[in-house]
Amino acid sequence: MISFENVAYSYGGGELLSDVSLKLAPGSFHFLTGPSGAGKSTFLKLAYAELKPTAGRVTLFDNDVTKLSRDDVARTRRRIGIVHQDCKFLDHMTLAANMALPFTVSDRESDPRDLDDLLSWVGLKHLADALPPQLSGGERQRAALARAVIVDPDVILADEPTGNVDWEMSLRILTLLVELNKMGKTILVATHDLNLIRQAKAQIQARVLRIAKHRVQLAGADL
Amino acid sequence: MKFPTAKPASPATRALEVVPPSGPTAWLTTFTAGAMTFLCVFALALSLASGRLATRWSEALAKTATIRLSAPEEQVQIQTDAILATLATTPGIASYRLIDDDETRTLLEPWFGPGLPVEALPIPRLIEVVEADPPYDSLGLKQRLTAEAPGAILDDHTRWRRPLAEAASRIRLLGVLSIALIGATMAAMITLAARAALATNAQEIRVLRLIGARDSYIARAFVRRFTLRTLGGAAIGAAAGLLGVAALPAADAAGGFLTGLGFTGWGWLWPLALPTLAAIVAFLATRRAAFQKLRELT
Repeated sequence: MISFENVAYSYGGGELLSDVSLKLAPGSFHFLTGPSGAGKSTFLKLAYAELKPTAGRVTLFDNDVTKLSRDDVARTRRRIGIVHQDCKFLDHMTLAANMALPFTVSDRESDPRDLDDLLSWVGLKHLADALPPQLSGGERQRAALARAVIVDPDVILADEPTGNVDWEMSLRILTLLVELNKMGKTILVATHDLNLIRQAKAQIQARVLRIAKHRVQLAGADL
Repeated sequence: MKFPTAKPASPATRALEVVPPSGPTAWLTTFTAGAMTFLCVFALALSLASGRLATRWSEALAKTATIRLSAPEEQVQIQTDAILATLATTPGIASYRLIDDDETRTLLEPWFGPGLPVEALPIPRLIEVVEADPPYDSLGLKQRLTAEAPGAILDDHTRWRRPLAEAASRIRLLGVLSIALIGATMAAMITLAARAALATNAQEIRVLRLIGARDSYIARAFVRRFTLRTLGGAAIGAAAGLLGVAALPAADAAGGFLTGLGFTGWGWLWPLALPTLAAIVAFLATRRAAFQKLRELT
C-alpha cells in the first residue's frame, strides 16, 4: 500500500528523517510515536504526498510519488482518508455537506441514507445540519474521521486524532479506528499518547513505530 | 455500517458551493465589468463611426471632381462652353453638370448666411464632374483644360480627401486601441480579484486538496463565479452603453458626408457580443490566476 525505501526528508538545514524503510501492509494497524518535533507529521505528509522525499523513494499504491502529477496526487488521496489534529472543514457548509464533500469533489454523489448511517456511526446524526464552527473538539474529530472514511478509502492516516479531546472521547475515536481496521482498512495513527496505544493493543494486533534519532524503528512489545 | 456508494452526478453547480460566498466585495467585479463594458461600447461606436467616415469620405470625394473657372467676365461664358465641350469628348466621365447660381448660393449659405447676392460677387463657376468606371485620366484632362480654358482648374479633391481619411482612420485606430486597453484592464482587475479570492480561501483550498479535489475542480468553482459575475456586469454595462448611444442626437442630414456616433445595420451586433467577450476574458484570466495560485499549494 504505502512503502518507504531509504527515505530521507530535510528542511533546509538538517535532516529530519533519514534512512526510513518500511511497508504498511494491507489491513495492518500501526501507531507512530515519538517526541514532539521528531517528524511524525512529516512522516504522515510523506505518506499522503503532501511532501516529497528529499532522498529515497516513497511508493503509494505502487506509484512513485515523485512521478505523480497534481491530478494523480488528488486521485491517490481519494484512496487515503486523512484525519488531522486540527481538522479543517468548509465552515460555510453544513456538517452533512462537509461529509459528502469527498464525493462532491470527485464529481460523484453520495447516497443520503449511507451518509446518515455514517453520521450515526460516529454519533453525530443529530448535528447533520450544524455548521462546523458549532462543533466541539471531539465532535470535530469524529466528523473528520467520518469524512475520511466516506469514500471507502484503503488507508486511513490519523495525525494526533485524540490530541484535543478527553480520555473518554479518545477511547471512542480509538474504537472507531479499530472497527475500521476490522473492516480491512490499513490504519496509521500518529500519537504521543502511550495510554491510547496500550488500550489499542488490548483490542487489536497493533504495531508501534517509534521515531528516534531521525529514524523510524519498529518498537518492541515493551511500552 | 455501510459505505456510501458512488453514483454519477451532474456537478455543475456543486463546484460553486465549495467556495464560501464572498460577501460585500463580490459586486466590485460586477461593477468593474459593467463600467468597462460601458466604456467599451463608446470606444466601439467611435471606431465603427470613424471607419464609416473614412470610407464615406473616400468614396464620395473620390467619385466626383470639381472644375472651377475663374475668368474675366467677358470670357466666362466662352470658357464655360469650351470646358463643357472638352468634357463631352473626354472618355471616363459618367456625367457633368454646371452648378447654377441658385445651387451655388445654397452651397455658400452655411458660410455667408442667406440672401447672398451671388451675382454681385466674383464667384467662380463650378462644374461637377462624376467619374465613370474606368475613370478619366486626371492629368490628361488637366492639360486639355489648360489648353482650352486657361481659367479652369480641375480639383479632384485628393488634397481634401487624404488628410480627412487619414484622420478618420487614425481615430479608428485609437478606438481599437482603447478597446484593447479596456479589455486588458478588465483582465488585470479580474485577475487581481480572483487572486485575492483564492488567497482568502486558501484554507478551503487546502481542505479540498486534502480530500482529493483536483486543481481543475477547485479552479472551476472560482472560474464559474467570476465568469458569471463578469457576464452579468458586462450585460448591464452593454445595455447602458447602448441606451447612451441610442440617445445621442442623430447625424443631421445637412452634415452631408458626416456620420453620427452610433451603430448602423450589423454594427448593432458588436455591442451585443461584448458581454460574451468580457465573460471569455474573465474565464481565461481567472483560470490562469487559479492554476498559478493552486500550484503554490500542495
